[in-house]
Amino acid sequence: MGSHGIKDQVAIIGVGCTPFAEHWDSSLDDLIIDGAQATYASAGVTQDDIDAFWFGTSQSAASGLAMGSPLKIHGKPITRVENYCATGSEAMRQAAYAVASGAYDLVMALGAEKVKDGGYQGLNAFPIPTDGTQRTLTAAAMFSLILPAYAAKYSIDEDDLRYAVAKIAEKNHYNGARNPLAQFRRETSAEQICQMAAVAGRLSVFDCAGVADGAAGAIMCRAEDAHKYCDDPLYIKALSVVAGTGAGSLDPDYDYTTLNESKWAADDAYAQADVVDPAAEIAMAEVHDCFTPTELVLMEDLGFSKRGEAYRDVLGGAFALDGRLPVNTDGGLKSFGHPVGASGLRMLYEVWLQLRGAAPGDRRIPTSDRTLGLTHNLGGYPGEMVSFVGIYGTELG
Amino acid sequence: MRGIIAAGVHVPYHRLDRSEIAALFGKGGGQGTRSVASYDEDTTTMGAEAARNALRNAAGVDVDSLWFATSTPAYLEKTNATAIHAALRLAPSAGALDMGGALRSGIGTLRTALSGTGTTLVVSSDIRDGMATSGDEAAGGDGAAALLVGDDAAGTVIAEYLGSGVATDELLERWRIPGAPRSRVWEERFGEVAYAPLMQEAFAAALADAGISSDGVDHLALTGMHNRAVKRNRARLGVPSERIVDDLADTVGNTGTAHCGLMLASALEGAGPDEAIVLVVLADGVEAVVLRTTEAIVDHHVSSTVSAQIAAGGSVSYGKYLSWRQMVAVEPPNRPAPNRPSASAAHRRQTWKFGFVGTRDRSSRMVHLPPARVSEKGGAVDDMEPLAMADTEGAIASFTVDKLVYSPSPPVVFAVVDFDGGGRAPLELTDVSADEVEVGGRVEPTFRRLYTSDEIHNYFWKARPVRSVGAASAGPPRED
Repeated sequence: MGSHGIKDQVAIIGVGCTPFAEHWDSSLDDLIIDGAQATYASAGVTQDDIDAFWFGTSQSAASGLAMGSPLKIHGKPITRVENYCATGSEAMRQAAYAVASGAYDLVMALGAEKVKDGGYQGLNAFPIPTDGTQRTLTAAAMFSLILPAYAAKYSIDEDDLRYAVAKIAEKNHYNGARNPLAQFRRETSAEQICQMAAVAGRLSVFDCAGVADGAAGAIMCRAEDAHKYCDDPLYIKALSVVAGTGAGSLDPDYDYTTLNESKWAADDAYAQADVVDPAAEIAMAEVHDCFTPTELVLMEDLGFSKRGEAYRDVLGGAFALDGRLPVNTDGGLKSFGHPVGASGLRMLYEVWLQLRGAAPGDRRIPTSDRTLGLTHNLGGYPGEMVSFVGIYGTELG
Repeated sequence: MRGIIAAGVHVPYHRLDRSEIAALFGKGGGQGTRSVASYDEDTTTMGAEAARNALRNAAGVDVDSLWFATSTPAYLEKTNATAIHAALRLAPSAGALDMGGALRSGIGTLRTALSGTGTTLVVSSDIRDGMATSGDEAAGGDGAAALLVGDDAAGTVIAEYLGSGVATDELLERWRIPGAPRSRVWEERFGEVAYAPLMQEAFAAALADAGISSDGVDHLALTGMHNRAVKRNRARLGVPSERIVDDLADTVGNTGTAHCGLMLASALEGAGPDEAIVLVVLADGVEAVVLRTTEAIVDHHVSSTVSAQIAAGGSVSYGKYLSWRQMVAVEPPNRPAPNRPSASAAHRRQTWKFGFVGTRDRSSRMVHLPPARVSEKGGAVDDMEPLAMADTEGAIASFTVDKLVYSPSPPVVFAVVDFDGGGRAPLELTDVSADEVEVGGRVEPTFRRLYTSDEIHNYFWKARPVRSVGAASAGPPRED
């Protein structure tokens, strides 16, 4: 028994991404087609070259038909994947494992979400019949629970902590302003964000991810075949998913200052990838900044900051483009937008650009001897979530 | 001996200052306050809260039947008493009946229970409203009362039933068509005159039945929706004014069907042993009941008294009151309204949904809210015992205010509650203002209506602050 991972067995040879936006003129089918075409172009392959497909969407459609029908994929396996907001990463993980198993030569994972046809702001869960006793808070309110708990645990003034998480939004807006595909391309300051009206706990609308339509995809093959398609592939070093038990909402030991499932997924991924000191070995990370407090505690759960110190590291600029470990260099969910099923693959798109030196110059991270990038994607709420961590590198071994 | 074993009331937390009515409309209202059921309360939830209080004062007494009287039932056709029955975790063999519709059902149900057999929990509850500026709006109040009636073989009787009198009359002085937004009344003078002889007849018949004279009446609790008839005819009964029980008009208002129960509970709290209490209620005729307190009332502990609940109230603005009563339509949050609850899912989980009963793992002792089959700690399968949490207090571990989510009365104030003795549940807070919530704050469960969807009332439990006056907790959770 054990989680062994598939380090260096699978290569990523192309990643594509549509603009994330309120695509009032694009249907889910349009997003799927545009995302797939961008991904085929990135890999230099045609649809007919792909042997199997994994389609991630959280709520926009069901079954493999949702991908096969718009793309006219004939006689091929297509699997629809759903795992909350980690859906895109989960689709990629399934596709990568299928290659590693030897079942297929060339596979594609595509994530897409059409959220803006619902008529309401924000994301709205598909209603499943229940006994009516389930909590009905917004995700923003659930993640806002982190701030008072974190402030109390580490004896930080709540106003100071609120400013620190606003600095996270400021950073991600700065990065997003340099990303032509991002939903929000305007810089904003922490001071401005702190002056905005609170909508959930201390959080304002600008502490929340952008809600956007979009699609992103990746094509993978066995590592030894990578150079048939690509001069500079990425190699998968680790893929880890942890689904919790919902313990946070029933166990008084959970204190809302950590996202356990993310910590466990990170630990598993670091073991798979032989990463000992993530803060020193990871070149850049794309993390699930659905709300600003999420990115704060993730810095600790992912091992980028010591416990209780993420807020000082944030204020010190550790995770800025020119910081010691740039995080969300594409603007993150905050600025790039969050089409649920696509977000995990969008994160991979940024790693694909940055590690290979292909990111636009105004947001390219400084060159270093670090060759690893990380994506972290979660779905759910503090204390009750699914969490994904993937690690990718430019070198084998 | 047969009589009252225990009483409990529910006076909703919110109070409307009647002067706010005239301040807005230039007329209506008056002095003092009236009680206001919150947006998440209805006659069923208020009845359940009153009944919980009554049973707390009667530990170990088995209830044979629950009778529920209201003029403003949450449902027609479907029995409302069964929801109260479930919230109280009564045995399936205990009956549950609605005695709804008419205002007279409150006193009538009590009298029938007193003159009957078995142990009966008589619950009465009303929400009294009317058009803005109306007399009913100002004079009315919302609330519930529960009286546990039985023989001394079943429990300690604190007030013995001595007798009753009835004067029935077909009398059109107040009426309401089902679903109508307000009651209608005939010219006041008609009722005032018509009730006068009925009061005297019923009162005299009750005293004769009980074998006492009007001189022997220590407490006269007199009520009816026809306030003028009550006040103008009171002197004819020959009971000195100092022996007349406060009708709570200045603080609570007239709670209609529930008011005789509320006044009786209040009278019992103020009574010593061996004192005669007469209840006279005007409603399409008059019914009167005579009780005499026993020695047991001296040591009878009441956990949440009428006076404590009145004292613990907090204010509600007239605007909010009008929106809660749907007299003014307020823009809802632009979010999807909640889905209707599933009848079959609710039925499977009724001990959780209505009774707030979780489970505790026998091996790890971990409490699971909602109930679970597999333990979070240790993973034991199907080795849980039920654990009733409704009477257990807890502390706030973290909290937030959600201004985005759908609510019948935004914003939602929400807390993660860690219960004394173990167990955590994320619960909505109610009867609270956001600025008084703090980590570590003490809360207790309360049975509420979360929302109504597709004409289905979604009942479940919320948490409310433990107010220092009349704290109601009965200690650690109970194994059922």
